Amino acid sequence: MEYVIFFASAFVAIICALLVISQKNPVASVIYLIMAFVAQAILYIQLSALFVAILQIVVYAGAIMVLFLFVIMLLNLRRDDFGPEKHPLQSWLTRIFGIVLVAELMIMISRGVGQSESMDRAGAEFGNVEQVATTLFTKYVFPFELTSILLIVAIIGAVVLGKRRAEEEEG
Amino acid sequence: MLEVAIISVIKVVFVFTALLTACAYMTLIERRVVARFQTRLGPIYTGPNGLLQPVADLVKLLFKEDIIPEHVDKKIYMIAPLAAFIPATLSIVVIPFGSSITIFGREIDLVLSNLNVGVLYVFAVTSIGVYSIILSGWSSNSKYSLLGSIRSSAQMISYEVSMGLAVVSVVLVSGSLNLNQIVAHQANLWHIFSQPVAFIIFLVCGIAETNRAPFDLPEAESELVAGYHTEYSAMKFGMFFVGEYANMVTVSAMAATLFLGGWQGPGDSSGIISMLWFAIKVFLFLFLYLWLRATTPRFRYDQLMSFGWKLLLPLAILNVLVTSAVVLII
Repeated sequence: MEYVIFFASAFVAIICALLVISQKNPVASVIYLIMAFVAQAILYIQLSALFVAILQIVVYAGAIMVLFLFVIMLLNLRRDDFGPEKHPLQSWLTRIFGIVLVAELMIMISRGVGQSESMDRAGAEFGNVEQVATTLFTKYVFPFELTSILLIVAIIGAVVLGKRRAEEEEG
Repeated sequence: MLEVAIISVIKVVFVFTALLTACAYMTLIERRVVARFQTRLGPIYTGPNGLLQPVADLVKLLFKEDIIPEHVDKKIYMIAPLAAFIPATLSIVVIPFGSSITIFGREIDLVLSNLNVGVLYVFAVTSIGVYSIILSGWSSNSKYSLLGSIRSSAQMISYEVSMGLAVVSVVLVSGSLNLNQIVAHQANLWHIFSQPVAFIIFLVCGIAETNRAPFDLPEAESELVAGYHTEYSAMKFGMFFVGEYANMVTVSAMAATLFLGGWQGPGDSSGIISMLWFAIKVFLFLFLYLWLRATTPRFRYDQLMSFGWKLLLPLAILNVLVTSAVVLII
């Protein structure tokens, strides 16, 4: 039973990830990406990391992808908006880099296959709310607060930029 | 092992049947209650007192012609109703609808899944529900749908923040994200008395999240025909409809669980009686929905946004601040 769920969700995750990059319609890509995230969340649940799984759905599938969808929908891209055909050298370079990336992936996977026995399930206590909170607010409190300052700076920047443009249009 | 599986299957079937029946009969109750408010009778001819009206409605929706307009983005147009229906029904899974019941000498907890992060789960699933609105509005390629969906998603995103903060203060008081433990914590004092501000914020945001009057701008029929589901017909429209009512039931059940002590009633509350208490409390909130719908005019869009961001959000943040200070001191 466990294997059935694992292979089903892993299969869905991989197929959806492939469909994300092969779709011509960007909105369809976003939907496949959401499905890939949800399938990933199921894998987290199987590793008994329920809290991480829920956060994955709340943050990635729920919040960030809504933003993606809005940007894509409001820009309303069409095929001729992507500009003229690329330089031939550029397309050759993408191919070479793609092959290198796949080769790297293959090497990493072939190394990992032998060690799959050692990948134990995490304990019941792993990654629950108490543990994550304790670690965040004791050991990693400085980087955590630094991240929040970074986010606030980004938000203020966005507001300032948005406001300036509105004023220019009025004036 | 087999016994456990059978019990869970029975529980799942029971809960989903109860949910869908509640949704179906909610439509009848709504029409009858609103009719009473407007000194009309409402539907009374189908069956005794109109009790078979939901069945007639369902049959009609199933047999109507399913029209797919030519200008729609077909794939996404088909997915959107499902994306409305499935998350709406999934969020009921973690809500405890009774204490426990003993059948054939075996104690059964009356909750489908006793998750440790139950509160977060509900938020995760409801946040997926926004997609159905965005996608249906966009794929319909119609200006009414698009306007309705943009309004609705802006509204849901704005009010979700305050709602989350209201729930955070409840979680702070009870010290757990598990809905069963939140219910147990209210044995002596319901959270509506210890967290009145959070209760009001939660209620207002809950109504806004489900797009009901007076926050029903996304489907303002006088301006937008029917909002994001203008282009849908037959059972696809039915799925949006059931999704909306299931969301109402979920919000009411969450309000009852978080603030009114869940299935606990005065005196003895175990087994069937606890389920009854829970049903009564949920119905109380559902009636409130209808009451508001029949008696309040619709918000204007700018009023809606300034109310959400300038009043509710600061209030919710202040409430969390005060609550955490009090919890820390005591």
